[in-house]
Amino acid sequence: MFEQILFYWFTAVLLLAAIGVVVVRNPVYSALSLILAFFTMTALWLLMEAEFLAIALILVYVGAVMVLFLFIIMMLDLKIVEREGFIRYLPIGLGVAGMVALEMIMVLQRSNFDSERYLAAESPADFNNAEALGELLYTHYLYPFEIAAVVLLVAVIAAILLTLRKRVATDQPAKTQDIEQQVRVKREDRVRLVKMKSE
Amino acid sequence: MAAFEIARPEIFLLAALCVVLLLDLFLGKESRVITYLAAQASLLTTILLVYSSFFNRPDKTVGLDGMYMVDEMAGVLKIAILLVSILAFACARKYLRDQDMWRGEFFVLGMTAILGMLIMVSGYHLLVLYLGLELLSLSLYALVAMRRDDAQATEAAIKYFVLGAVASGFLLYGMSMLYGISGSLELNTIREYFTNQPDIATNLPLMFALTFIVAGLAFKLGVVPFHMWLPDVYQGTPTAVTLFLSSAPKIAVFALVVRLMAEALEPAQSAWSQMLILLALLSIGLGNVLALAQNNLKRLFAYSAISHMGFMLMGIVMNTHVGHSAAMFYILLYAMMSAGAFAMLILLGRKGYEVAQLEDLKGLSSRHPWFALMFLLMLFSMAGIPPTAGFYAKFAVIEAVVQAKFVWAAVFMVVMSVVGAFYYLRIIKVMYFDKPNDQPPIEADMDIRVLVSANGLLMILLGVFPGVLMSICDLALIASRL
Repeated sequence: MFEQILFYWFTAVLLLAAIGVVVVRNPVYSALSLILAFFTMTALWLLMEAEFLAIALILVYVGAVMVLFLFIIMMLDLKIVEREGFIRYLPIGLGVAGMVALEMIMVLQRSNFDSERYLAAESPADFNNAEALGELLYTHYLYPFEIAAVVLLVAVIAAILLTLRKRVATDQPAKTQDIEQQVRVKREDRVRLVKMKSE
Repeated sequence: MAAFEIARPEIFLLAALCVVLLLDLFLGKESRVITYLAAQASLLTTILLVYSSFFNRPDKTVGLDGMYMVDEMAGVLKIAILLVSILAFACARKYLRDQDMWRGEFFVLGMTAILGMLIMVSGYHLLVLYLGLELLSLSLYALVAMRRDDAQATEAAIKYFVLGAVASGFLLYGMSMLYGISGSLELNTIREYFTNQPDIATNLPLMFALTFIVAGLAFKLGVVPFHMWLPDVYQGTPTAVTLFLSSAPKIAVFALVVRLMAEALEPAQSAWSQMLILLALLSIGLGNVLALAQNNLKRLFAYSAISHMGFMLMGIVMNTHVGHSAAMFYILLYAMMSAGAFAMLILLGRKGYEVAQLEDLKGLSSRHPWFALMFLLMLFSMAGIPPTAGFYAKFAVIEAVVQAKFVWAAVFMVVMSVVGAFYYLRIIKVMYFDKPNDQPPIEADMDIRVLVSANGLLMILLGVFPGVLMSICDLALIASRL
């Protein structure tokens, strides 16, 4: 009973936070709502006894990705844009969304799925989440795991391809060290002694 | 680790692309041709690896815990993808140099895209199929955005990325539903599950899942009404990327459709065939009609791609052996024609100048009679005029449609092909009967000249002897039990 109350509470917060991400105008608030959504999601995973995933979500997404995201938003100093036609299209949008949601609710009922099959077996108290996950990931699912790694490689290459700019004059990538120049530097190039009156 | 030996071509290609990526770092602009040669050499080696392991097996072999399928259909499609990609890379060498975009990343991202396609063709597990598709799409998004200071290219890239992400979401949602219903991600198990279901035609959650999957696939194929992105992306993208994007990935998506629809969801055929027939006929109609109004060659070929995909889909939808082999023949030929047509545009371009508008082709026959003839053969083939191969491809699909007792659909397809012939003939008219404005010479190396000529000649050779390619498709599909 208590678990159910927790579940519904966290689900409600999660949904509100998710809506907030899209609806809120200020990008910083939007990012903060996303962090809230991740936190509530973690709570749901903890309820499902998926402790490792929950911790990974906090560490990776909240701790690293979202902090970086906030930095970027603040660095870019985004202007808050007025949304044109938001109110005007709202009735149609809500109507369509409501229809789709209604249809989905009608189709996706529990009776339509053989849900007994998916109930996880009761696991013992000292059940090791990370171990089970690791075992699956590195044996049975190794092939898709490797493909996912290649997808990340592509993301890195694409990011560099699309953002690295070259200086037109020197044809060198921007901001590189020229080690030869560094080594050759003499004291006279950098240090200038100035005589000043002591005060 | 011995189990991984089954995926030899993919593993080799991954290793090779990492080597090419690192090699390129040490090369300057002048010696970048080494990157290009290394990429081509690894593609050729991959072909050999596919050829050595995918054929002459007694039966379909599944490996890597049911995730990797080795059958002859996969072998033929993989070799076709690799061959078309070799043509695409060869043309890209000239184009990238001419347009001052000569960078090694094109080849690396091209190779990751090819890796994604190979994974898709052999995928026998929803997760693997999806990841392969994502690998392909992500590489293509980056390639489309490569000319990042050009407003049109950026627009194309953003459109492609946003719509592509939505389509991937649809596909993934549909797949998750399928998992929810059948309890498995493996295509074999999904098929077994649905075979044992008594009332498949009225299974509401299945219809729900199918709707999402069909929408996702239709976007990736670019069929009506999910075609909006295609003309803008084709037009805005650098031509070398358009060539690549319009040819090899279509073969991979063909494999995806066959694996998902004709293999895993074969028992639910009555449910998906209606959806796909509607999409296919709409594409054939709308694609041909809208192409009539285009003056930009890349947009024109985009609309023609929409109608060609419709034709190919009609072959799959019939879900007979004849239909499948007609569709396979069609997609292989289409990849060749599309690659050939864009290769021709690249061949006629030169430093700082691109052939994009219809009038750029004015009087091509008096300037370069041989290449005008080759282009004529490709366009005849696209229009489906005998004795070119395109005629036989269309004929085979229509024959399969008639055999499946869809005579009205066949009549519609024939009528629309006649409408479509108009805009191909218009290009030919401009090439042969209009006076040229200027006399620019062709500045191209021997390799691209030979490849384009070979492509044009193949159109006529395959038209006279279609049995060569058709029997390959036929035998491969028999061995794959389709």
